[in-house]
Amino acid sequence: MGHPLFVLFRRDLALFLRRRQDAMAIIGFFLVAVALFPLGVSPEPEILRTIAPGAVWIAALFSTVLALERLFSDDLADGTLEQQMLSSQPQGLMVLVRLAAHWLVTGLPLVLLSPFIGLQFGLHGEEVAVLAFSLLLGTPVLVLLGGIGAALTAGLHGSGGLVTLLLLPLYVPVLVLGTAAVSATMAQTSPEAHLSLLGAALLAALALAPWTTAAALRITTD
Amino acid sequence: MSEKRIQWFKFSSPGNFFALVEKLLPWLWTTALITTALGLYIGFFVAPVDYQQGNSYRIMFIHVPAAWMSMFIYLVMAVYAFITLVWRIKMADVLAASLAPTGALFTFAALWTGALWGRPTWGAYWVWDARLTSELLLLFLYLGYMALHAAIPDRQRASRAASLLALVGVVNLPIIYFSVKWWNTLHQGASVSVSKGASMDSSMLAAMLLLSLACWMYAIAVSLTRAQAETLDRERGATWASSLAAAQAAELDEDLETTSEGVPVQHTW
Repeated sequence: MGHPLFVLFRRDLALFLRRRQDAMAIIGFFLVAVALFPLGVSPEPEILRTIAPGAVWIAALFSTVLALERLFSDDLADGTLEQQMLSSQPQGLMVLVRLAAHWLVTGLPLVLLSPFIGLQFGLHGEEVAVLAFSLLLGTPVLVLLGGIGAALTAGLHGSGGLVTLLLLPLYVPVLVLGTAAVSATMAQTSPEAHLSLLGAALLAALALAPWTTAAALRITTD
Repeated sequence: MSEKRIQWFKFSSPGNFFALVEKLLPWLWTTALITTALGLYIGFFVAPVDYQQGNSYRIMFIHVPAAWMSMFIYLVMAVYAFITLVWRIKMADVLAASLAPTGALFTFAALWTGALWGRPTWGAYWVWDARLTSELLLLFLYLGYMALHAAIPDRQRASRAASLLALVGVVNLPIIYFSVKWWNTLHQGASVSVSKGASMDSSMLAAMLLLSLACWMYAIAVSLTRAQAETLDRERGATWASSLAAAQAAELDEDLETTSEGVPVQHTW
């Protein structure tokens, strides 16, 4: 078994894997949302290439928000969350572990699928790699920030629309940096600056967001 | 000296706060009205026509103060949110929650007037300029705060959750601003920029400052009025609230029953 945090991680993963349909629904949503862009805008290869980074990133944004609804709600409803709040482990680390498990199931698949979508949109070798890498750096930030929103709205009736309204403005910097990295590659310039900033955002979010989420959970379970 | 210091914390008690606001409000509204009238007069009749933009520049007399207020109010709101979270002073949340609609209103006014000004000047109601976009996102932050505050039925949880959100927002606001600015410089093809007004006529400056003062006074007055109503609603069980209601009812009775001889009317609350 081992360390309590490790146990918590395994528990969350096990719960996700026993309810595969939830994660599958998120992935399905991502794929469908991306597929709508060529249908809605235009199948012209030139236009597709232009909108590719934005389409993939916006679909990833909404998929993340959609997945957040389950993050704390079930545990709040059956009282597990309150038991966790009583634990002697640092609350921030517990949140971090749970968010990591959540990202592995709902975020990582998007990163792994993104190269195929990039090819569908007519991106080439390096551009596809940058797209996947920007998502690899960016989706954890989305999940970390999303934890705050999920914790604040946990257990509220019809919280889906609310959490979207709260989070999307906060997601703007990630969206801008992620899409700009891919666009820079397409314009034959280096995406390094954008990716570095995205990495910085990830580090800042790793340091601050779990503790903010823990504070939000304390408010919610108070 | 120390005996003469004003006891600021006295006004964090709802009853004292209510009484203080009652005394302040007439002054605030009067100042707001006078400065608005003066500012509009100078802005419309005294300030000269701009050599480049014609008369359309005059919308800036409303636009600039509104934009200032929209950002400043969010900052003040975040300060009260911080006080709510750290010291759990109930009145701080009342003030933060009362400021939010006014802040959203000014944000909306800044966007709206900006659009009306942009049409004759830039030829478009809306451009995805960095400042416009971040102002729009600020509006969403206000709306999110208000929505969260309203969505949580438990009052204590609502105030603390919304306060935390306001703080997260204020930390993110500069990041959002700079990211949007950067995005803008990357994406913008045909550049639209405000023609840099080299110098401003002193009457223009006077009108703008007067109207800024008017916006300040209006914002303070209207959010304090809202805070008063909110306090009364939250504290309806408190003795000061019921005695206040009794006093007002007695006043009303006196007005109505001037003919009947001084028998005090007994009310049951």
